[in-house]
Amino acid sequence: MKVAFYPGCVSKGACPELYVSAKAIAEPLGLQLEELTEAPCTGAGVLSEQNPELADSLNGLTLAMAEAKDADLMTICSTCQGVLSGVSYHLAKDEKRLEKVNATIGDQGFGLRYSGKTKVKHLLWMLFEDIGLERVRAAIKYKLTGLKIAPFYGCYILRPNEQLGLNERPERKTYLEQLIALLGAEPVEYRGSTKCCGFPMLTFNRDKSLSMAGNHIIEAKDKGADLLVTPCPLCHLNLDGQQPDAARVLKTTIDVPIFHLPQLLGLAFGYSPKELRLDHHVVPTKGALEKIELKV
Amino acid sequence: MQFTIEIGRYNPEGTYAERAVQGECFPPPWDKAPPKHYQTYTVELPEHAVVLDALIAIREYQDESVAVRCACRSAICGSCAMWVNGHAHLACKSKLTEFTKDGKTRVESPPSMPVIRDLVCDMTTFWGKHFKVNPWLDAKKPEPGPMEEYRVPNAAMEELIQEVSCISCGACLMDCESFAVNPDFLGPQALAQAYRYVGDPRDSKTRDRLGEYSGPGGIWDCTHCYECVTQCPKGVDPLEQILKIRRLAVDAGFTNNPGTRHADAFATSVKHSGRLNELTLLPKSVGLFNVFGQLKTLPSAINMIRAGKLPPIIHKSIPGVSRIKAIFDRLGGRFK
Ligand code: SF4
Ligand code: SF4
Ligand code: FES
Repeated sequence: MKVAFYPGCVSKGACPELYVSAKAIAEPLGLQLEELTEAPCTGAGVLSEQNPELADSLNGLTLAMAEAKDADLMTICSTCQGVLSGVSYHLAKDEKRLEKVNATIGDQGFGLRYSGKTKVKHLLWMLFEDIGLERVRAAIKYKLTGLKIAPFYGCYILRPNEQLGLNERPERKTYLEQLIALLGAEPVEYRGSTKCCGFPMLTFNRDKSLSMAGNHIIEAKDKGADLLVTPCPLCHLNLDGQQPDAARVLKTTIDVPIFHLPQLLGLAFGYSPKELRLDHHVVPTKGALEKIELKV
Repeated sequence: MQFTIEIGRYNPEGTYAERAVQGECFPPPWDKAPPKHYQTYTVELPEHAVVLDALIAIREYQDESVAVRCACRSAICGSCAMWVNGHAHLACKSKLTEFTKDGKTRVESPPSMPVIRDLVCDMTTFWGKHFKVNPWLDAKKPEPGPMEEYRVPNAAMEELIQEVSCISCGACLMDCESFAVNPDFLGPQALAQAYRYVGDPRDSKTRDRLGEYSGPGGIWDCTHCYECVTQCPKGVDPLEQILKIRRLAVDAGFTNNPGTRHADAFATSVKHSGRLNELTLLPKSVGLFNVFGQLKTLPSAINMIRAGKLPPIIHKSIPGVSRIKAIFDRLGGRFK
């Protein structure tokens, strides 16, 4: 299946392990990734909140690029998903807004027009809705039996409902749990799974942001989690990258590794932890991997 | 139809204390939630019944000791907000069939607020925040006489319908994620009301308000989690109102805060390279001359470098970035 692949800035910046593992699992899943190398950053909600018109055009351009490839747009980041879902939702509904976008991108020599029809889907959704669980099951070479895994969705893949199509497909709110079980591990139920990691406030409200991240991980740990898995690299930056500092703010130790969704799939598909760059995390993944007899 | 209801019970006099367990833990300052125990009731009600119907049926016919606060029973008075299956909802607007999980519906006082008894929480904090934003009109013109009106164009007031629809139920604040770790945060309801006056053309204090709401505990303390948008039973969209205040405050020149610096650094990076540059984002938002703030972020930066997660020092632009720049030149406004 051909998809227009939108890797997002973070997978090409501070989370290279996400990019590498997403590319790795494409083959066993039968995904032909056509990467949108010229697509700009979504603005991660920061640009839309300050200047919606600008964000419309930047993201409208990305949607048009996918349309030109005649493929659905695939994201690997809850935040990219949220922003692109939002813009595609509004442009599909509001002809005037769409016209403005086309007027802007039409003048920049991209040779593109956006019709308002591109479907934007996170890899997580594609697994269930396009690739199909049969195919995922067939690709599993190594069951993750014995691991207790806490899902961590990230706000923008869960809220607001309407833009994300959750009213029509409420099951999207349970995909992570279902997937964890499918891979042979046990999903951990805890309040924090749908909560905010605090990243949006990290730069301007550091201690509060870190207490949020820390509280959720501690709750998952108390409920027995060996690791957390997230479809959002921005959550990963806070939950993994800042975890030692979060522990300091909360005056405790945490030490729970955080996996990207494609890393978890990659392990089950038989890739080595090294190939998935599981040795490049701030919180060591060693303990969790040893539980399923893998080494970094 | 038969429904099973599990009620989180708490009684300050301690009548139920022997069966009680520590309440659901919640981030500080509420991490020591008072002990409560869950008591299960079965009720027979029609399919269309709501959670509040069940609670009233229980109180009237099974156990008069159950405390519940309600009045209008039709989503108008705002008194029946409580936790239903772990999220804040109006009990009178939540259909039992939609809120039955694993064969039962669990209701309790939200752990983010002090509990008075059973399902009744103490709303003092909520009202304190509400009044802190000066939720009244400071009119430009003198008060009109008894037979006159202070007239403004219809469209100006239509803009405020969302904010005016607030019934002060507190559901948004109960589930607000910033409030959970930051008791000083004004919160979604108060800030949505703040916009109701900022956006009112009759108000004379717009600038003062914008300055005040830009300070500590204000608009920049929101983490953008959309919980308030999802939980509000009246479509007030508090987050959207907070973002409107942010835009107006920045336009009015209240830019000397990390939130604005963050947005500016973000925009500059996307404009010049098409991508986000994590390397400069953090230091620029903290403020390049804020030595203490910079030092605080250092340990994390070192951890990231050690793990080999540092973004490339030479930040590469995406191909064709000049066209992205052109879009910024055209629509960028402050970010040009
Ligand atoms: S979006 Fe902001 S105000 Fe709304 S619940 Fe989240 S932190 Fe609170
Ligand atoms: S904004 Fe909505 S949820 Fe918050 S108090 Fe008002 S009506 Fe209730
Ligand atoms: S009883 Fe009035 S809002 Fe529910």
